Amino acid sequence: MEIVCLGLSHHTAPIEVRERFAIPDGELPGVAAELSRVSGLGEAVIVSTCNRVEFYVAAEDAEHGLAAVRDFMAARGHAPEGEAFFRHTSPRAIRHLFRVVSGLDSMVIGETEILGQVKKAYAAASGGGATSRHLNKLFQRAFNVAKEVRTKTAITRGAVSVGSAAVELAERIFGRLSECHVMILGAGETSEMTAGALKARGVKTIFVANRSYDRAVALATAMQGRAIHFEDWSRDFHDVDILIGSTAAPHHVLTKEKLAPMMHSRPDRPLFCIDLAVPRDFDPAVNDLDGVYLYDIDSLQRIAADSLAVRRQELVICEEMIERHVTEFSEWLAAGTRGPNVDFRLHPEGVKP
Amino acid sequence: MDRLLLVLSTFCFLFGFAYTMYALGARVYRNSRMNLIAIGLGFLCQTAFLYLRGEVLGRCPLTNHFEVLTFLSWSMVLFYLLIGPAYRLSLLGFFTSPLVFLIQIFALLMPWDTPSQVRSAPNGWLELHAAISVVAYGAFALAGVAGVMYLAQERQLKTHHLKSIFYHLPPIRDLATANTRLVIVGLTLLTIGLGAGFAMGNVGAHAAKIAWSSAVWLLYAFLAGAEVWRRITPRRAALLSVGAFALVLLTLSGLTFIAQKGGL
Repeated sequence: MEIVCLGLSHHTAPIEVRERFAIPDGELPGVAAELSRVSGLGEAVIVSTCNRVEFYVAAEDAEHGLAAVRDFMAARGHAPEGEAFFRHTSPRAIRHLFRVVSGLDSMVIGETEILGQVKKAYAAASGGGATSRHLNKLFQRAFNVAKEVRTKTAITRGAVSVGSAAVELAERIFGRLSECHVMILGAGETSEMTAGALKARGVKTIFVANRSYDRAVALATAMQGRAIHFEDWSRDFHDVDILIGSTAAPHHVLTKEKLAPMMHSRPDRPLFCIDLAVPRDFDPAVNDLDGVYLYDIDSLQRIAADSLAVRRQELVICEEMIERHVTEFSEWLAAGTRGPNVDFRLHPEGVKP
Repeated sequence: MDRLLLVLSTFCFLFGFAYTMYALGARVYRNSRMNLIAIGLGFLCQTAFLYLRGEVLGRCPLTNHFEVLTFLSWSMVLFYLLIGPAYRLSLLGFFTSPLVFLIQIFALLMPWDTPSQVRSAPNGWLELHAAISVVAYGAFALAGVAGVMYLAQERQLKTHHLKSIFYHLPPIRDLATANTRLVIVGLTLLTIGLGAGFAMGNVGAHAAKIAWSSAVWLLYAFLAGAEVWRRITPRRAALLSVGAFALVLLTLSGLTFIAQKGGL
């Protein structure tokens, strides 16, 4: 038996191409079941996300399997022609799936969302009766590989964007963010994204102060926060835990001299200052105050870059782990095709043969 | 036999620390069950040692400097086991293990395990005073450990140099809260211990110990008051709790030598 994978991803095709081949979630069980009924196949799983559309099938003959998928797609109106498509047979197809679920093939290395997406795709195919012994075993093994890679390496460690770096730092200062109050000074695009990332982690309140009050109201409404007049921001400062600066002011909006007395009235309460403005809104000297943690756009980007570098360093270890599983699975696959007496229940994943 | 148990426990703490150090360095650290198991085993050995020593002495094993340090280590681990899981302070064990290891190895290597020169009859109030006071110092020690963790995490946040350990240390706000609570728990216990000391009567015979305990009580009462009434920043509270415990540890030696001469 051979495992075959035909598909396209963000590595091989732009979004204009990928979107033509995308299959809506609701149609996945039916399409996978239909593909599995094609002569010579018997099993199929289709992974369709914003970054990839991939068809995994188990076929007696690899070439026949690839041809069958190609014909199936052509019959659906989109023939997989051109360089946008990759075609893998065992063991490359197995390796490819293990890399995909582990986040090694993702746009952001180590992201974990893909694992959930592949699990959903497998559940859809399985629910539609499109999987059996080989793909069941393959996908169960893939999920185990992803778990091992995630827990035994630092591939998912650290934040790799400015927004996620800000969230991670906030969590290292405050723990749970559900009691935190955020104030945005200047309603810029980056501050909106960062505040959005914090909002997604459940911060309690978001105050928006902007020189244009209408813009403050618009952003506050979008964030389910509260708009305040820019001149009044220091009046509401006492309750603020996270202060985001993103104004177009040519000078420092917040200086050490201005912040020191305000911090004096709340000595036990830390303040996380995120300065996303250029020129900077917060005087770098505020970082010298007890309980104040200042990060500007450069330091956040540096943290994101460092995390990405760590993830890249971990790639070698991850690939080694994956290779071991590819070899084991390939041996299992080869043993399975040699005769009907192989007892697959001996394998630790416990997938029924 | 009983010292062998203490040697075993000392190695358990060393192993827990070394393993976590390796796991952090190799970036494979998760919530280290191995460290908790090592500390748990170390605690069992400590408890067995103190029980056997108590059986031999026929009283609470606080008759010499060696036993006081061992009892203090035991109290620290007790507090770690009590508050570690409750506060979910990741790496608290990692920071506690080396301190316990150092105190115990110091106690084992120094020639301090000698019988007390004065063999007074066991006195319930006196033993209660001594035992509760040392347990209180265990809480102060853990407050100091939380303070060190706070300062380590705070430094990384201030300098923007985030090392591997940054991702495993608890949030600084949680560390500040733990520090305050441990200082309050320690102060409460020390108050009870001091009360027991006064209740035993004959205060004049133990004037040095009572004066020292009262000075420690005042120091921590100041710290607890400043923290509870928000007069100092968490950073200063962390620094003070580290400094206060270092002072306690240093002066404890002098006090127990006096006590050894006069008996506890």
